[in-house]
Amino acid sequence: MSVVLKQNNQELYLIFNGDANSIDDADVAPIFESIVEWKNKGGKSIIFDLSSAITSYSSPLAAQIFEWAKKIKSLGLNFNLSLLPQNLQEMLSLALKVENTPPKEKKNSLPFLDKIGLKSVDVFEKIKNACLFIHETNLSLLRFMTGRAVFRKNDFLFIFADCSYKAVGIISLVSFLVGLILAFVGAIQLRTFGAGIYVASMVSIGMTRIMAAIMVGIIMAGRTGSSYAATLGTMQVNEEIDALKTLGVKISDYLITPRLISLVFTIPFLTMLADVLGIFGGAVVGVAFLDISSSSYFDYAVKALTLENILVGLMHSVVYGIIISLCGCYEGLNAGRDADSVGKATTGAVVTALVWMIIATGILTVLLEMAGI
Amino acid sequence: MKDIITVKNLRVAYGDFILFDDINFSVQEKDIFIIMGASGCGKSSMLRVLTGLVTPIQGEVLINGQDFSGADNQQKTEIMKSCGVLYQSGALFSSMTLKENVSMPLELYTNYSKKEIAELASYKLALTGLYGFEDFYPSEISGGMKKRAALSRALALDPKIVYCDEPSAGLDPISSKRLDDLILELNQNLGTTFVVVTHELQSIFAIGNNSIFLDGKVKNITGRGNPKQMLQTPPNPEILEFLTRGVENGQTA
Repeated sequence: MSVVLKQNNQELYLIFNGDANSIDDADVAPIFESIVEWKNKGGKSIIFDLSSAITSYSSPLAAQIFEWAKKIKSLGLNFNLSLLPQNLQEMLSLALKVENTPPKEKKNSLPFLDKIGLKSVDVFEKIKNACLFIHETNLSLLRFMTGRAVFRKNDFLFIFADCSYKAVGIISLVSFLVGLILAFVGAIQLRTFGAGIYVASMVSIGMTRIMAAIMVGIIMAGRTGSSYAATLGTMQVNEEIDALKTLGVKISDYLITPRLISLVFTIPFLTMLADVLGIFGGAVVGVAFLDISSSSYFDYAVKALTLENILVGLMHSVVYGIIISLCGCYEGLNAGRDADSVGKATTGAVVTALVWMIIATGILTVLLEMAGI
Repeated sequence: MKDIITVKNLRVAYGDFILFDDINFSVQEKDIFIIMGASGCGKSSMLRVLTGLVTPIQGEVLINGQDFSGADNQQKTEIMKSCGVLYQSGALFSSMTLKENVSMPLELYTNYSKKEIAELASYKLALTGLYGFEDFYPSEISGGMKKRAALSRALALDPKIVYCDEPSAGLDPISSKRLDDLILELNQNLGTTFVVVTHELQSIFAIGNNSIFLDGKVKNITGRGNPKQMLQTPPNPEILEFLTRGVENGQTA
């Protein structure tokens, strides 16, 4: 498109010619300069016109005129649309109507130190919220144990089912494969020393003490933790959480405690299942590839089992269960009010749970080592 | 005026549940066509059929003379380029700014340059009173503004037909009137045909020049025509009750 300036007596005309493609920036500048010059000479109003070549309304044309109208307005000049076709005049008048409420100011770029300060305050607030969340959850657990917690039994059973028998399939498959892999990895080295039979002991100790708990924790973080976050996040988007609050229902009793209790109760059983299936997975390697008889394998495996290792593994699993459910619920309840936020909450639940699980493993390992267990 | 949308012998079901049976109606060019009825009668489902989201089990939908309901996905996409849809909740993409939301159809279906698309998006947002909010995200604006931004997006490709699903839902009376006025302006100045699903009586009488009344019990249309005329000479007592909000003497509440 080309735009032409034409002066006629005291009036300046801005005439739009040609097709409706956007005018080049290089061509805009000289016209703009001419308009400023004319304004400095006392000009007050510009008349918009179309060349006879343009006969019908089109959005690109209207958008172009709209841009020019904004530019001219920014110079403090008036403009006249009366020579334009009626429908174009009406549409441009609609577009040029100013909202009653001016748009709120977007945050300008802050100095670096201010950003650090704001971030620190943000981190402090998040830590405070997390502590309040844990405190409220503790109170809710007390209410639960004394029968004063308000929740729906059907919801509780549904959540319980989801993190118990519905997780058995995937836990079984993964723990079997982990035992198999563990046995393979150990067998490579042990076989060179003629100590292939100790694969059974290695798998037995490894699975019961830590591996089963970690694998179950990782699976449940991805499966159940994300589900908790997504459910609660979507409830947040749908204002269901707000509805519960206005009904006077404690969110911790209704939403968090059932999820926490369900997972903490079921995860040790899932871990025990993982222990057994992991040992069986190792047995496949021992019998099929190391020429160990199944009776010898299981004999060594059972002898290596200690109550101490089993209880350590179960203790890890309970800690993981607490971490996963709290992270999932916390992220879900703090999700924003749009689809994107639910996605972020779900991801955050899994990542946060995994990080805390690793930290907890480290702490527990050191403590157990210090205790000589 | 020629028919821009024609529905013939339409039968729609969800599983075993039949929603509509043997429905026939047409929408003329430049109509503001209201689809009304009680809650649950299938108004939004009818809109989903017209926008290709639901396939009827029988019958056909013609848009601009082209078979729409029987078309493959590619043909449906081509036909839908001349249509815009305003969903009940707005359905703005939450990870995009308003400008990006409006620019999206332009980027997908036109050869305009980035600058042209940006200018067009700004203009479309200005048409609905959102000039200055181009860089805001949907989560940063009110419900009424989201509806207007969604209408800007529906208008991005200068559609011949705009479908609106409960456009006034959740809006205050002033925002609702502004949206009605906008629909009237666009219809009068651009000749855009509007198909509006609503049960807001004030909107129905303010903007509608043609309509159908869907009855969920008979699964068909039990009234058609200009809403004001239907109020004057109601075809049946249910429509009179609907159009008068249940006021027995027939005067509008």
